Amino acid sequence: MSEIPSIQPIIEARQLWKEYGEQVVLERINLKVMPGEFVSIVGASGCGKTTFLNLLLGTQQATRGELLLDGQALDPEPSPERGIVFQKYSVFPHMTALENVMLADEFAQSALFGRVWGSARKALGKKAMAMLERVGLGHAASRYPSELSGGMQQRLAIAQALMKQPRILLLDEPFGALDPGIRKDMHGLIQQLWQEQQLTIFMITHDLQEGFKLGSRLWVFDKVRHDPQQPERFGAQVTFDLPLASEGAKQAAAEQLQQVSNPTTISKEQQHDLSNAV
Amino acid sequence: MTRIINRQPAPLGRLVLATLPFILLALVYLLASDARLAENPSDKLLPSMQSFVEAINRMAFEPSRRTGEYLLWVDTWASIKRLFTGVGISAAIALLIGVANGMIPYARAPLSPLVRALSLVPPMAILPILFIVFGLGELSKVMLIIIGITPIMIRDLQLRTDALPEEQLIKAQTLGANSWQLILRVVLPQLLPRLIEAVRLTLGSAWLFLIAAEAIASTEGLGYRIFLVRRYLSMDVILPYVLWITLLAFITDYLLQLLSKKAYPWYHAQLGEK
Repeated sequence: MSEIPSIQPIIEARQLWKEYGEQVVLERINLKVMPGEFVSIVGASGCGKTTFLNLLLGTQQATRGELLLDGQALDPEPSPERGIVFQKYSVFPHMTALENVMLADEFAQSALFGRVWGSARKALGKKAMAMLERVGLGHAASRYPSELSGGMQQRLAIAQALMKQPRILLLDEPFGALDPGIRKDMHGLIQQLWQEQQLTIFMITHDLQEGFKLGSRLWVFDKVRHDPQQPERFGAQVTFDLPLASEGAKQAAAEQLQQVSNPTTISKEQQHDLSNAV
Repeated sequence: MTRIINRQPAPLGRLVLATLPFILLALVYLLASDARLAENPSDKLLPSMQSFVEAINRMAFEPSRRTGEYLLWVDTWASIKRLFTGVGISAAIALLIGVANGMIPYARAPLSPLVRALSLVPPMAILPILFIVFGLGELSKVMLIIIGITPIMIRDLQLRTDALPEEQLIKAQTLGANSWQLILRVVLPQLLPRLIEAVRLTLGSAWLFLIAAEAIASTEGLGYRIFLVRRYLSMDVILPYVLWITLLAFITDYLLQLLSKKAYPWYHAQLGEK
């Protein structure tokens, strides 16, 4: 990592389109994200937010336009600059918590076996243990994921992703399957890590309130143009790009969202939740 | 009243219910055997318990008059050796090709249709070819087992590889794994317990092919012996041999299950979750 001038966006989308054959999913996406931002992404199901995450992740490629990381085109496959935490299945069930966290370093140190032994292993274990302790899993290092609760598994997935010190961290509904109480703990953890490690985070969520609470910026994906005869003709865009960095900004953003009349994007219930959140 | 689908037998009742069919079968056999022997004491179709004991004694604990060998043990060793060689080689091939097919599109493109076609060839139909090509020795018998069960195991393991969550593979790539490391650390270890399952499921077929091959061309082996004594209507030997093969199959299956639980506790914990 060479020195990057702070004015350069970490992620930049230029005239980004994604189409599957006739169906347009995303159209004319133009965005800039600065290092250290926490972007919450919301929108109705099927509005293209997961597609956008997949473009960032590298599992899908844009049909047209550019998606740049530090001014360079992204690799067309998942790579270590991009960490990911899915809602489920993002830890390895056949490894203990500690082994899960050590894996990234083992890959880096042993191209042939993907595994190290002896003193090298001890050193990696120590480093991984420190990370486990940071996410509050120090006591569970020798347990398998199946022995961990849902919240602990997500903590583990986050610890594992952070070992690579990714330029951007992608969270795909990371807390969607958790109980409300556990969710709250996880919110605390992710915010703490975001600030401590100065991460740049993209988080997809169904929960507008969660997006509001955690993010420093909120994107709402929705279709601007509709063709009733041919609904697949037009794709989604980012219809709202709201700063949330300060309390005042949050207030303004909430007011703006409450005037939205399109019920597919934000329901009345969510608007109500929102006024409670702010 | 409680629905029948919700009623559970007590532990003791369960045991009684489990043994009952076996006891009934034995009882029916004894009655039928007694009835036939009362009619004709030299009847060979349903031998008495005493003839079984004598036959077992003769086969297992007395040296054969012709060769001086203890036939049951010679047969058992010969069969087990062939079976384990065949199944072991099949498992190794299946793991290799199954994982390659599941993970590497450029391996799958040429191999998958081939495996599919081969799995449809009836192995017994090509047994004569095996005897012609590999001779009548051990090789052709082991080859029959391999040809019989490998295609199914490959397809099973390929499906199991496909069934690994995509999220895991993506995650490993974001952790910096190259293709080889990903297969070695993420895919293979997760497939080993599934391989044991595949072996357990195909063991029955493996026995089938083994006994078929032994029946046609062999000089020792459990299948060979059964088909040999059939000429003398020796039910007193055939039935104990069949029971012995069943017992061996059961023990193998049990040991594999035990191995899987001991070696891959995470896998069984995962199964329990669902």
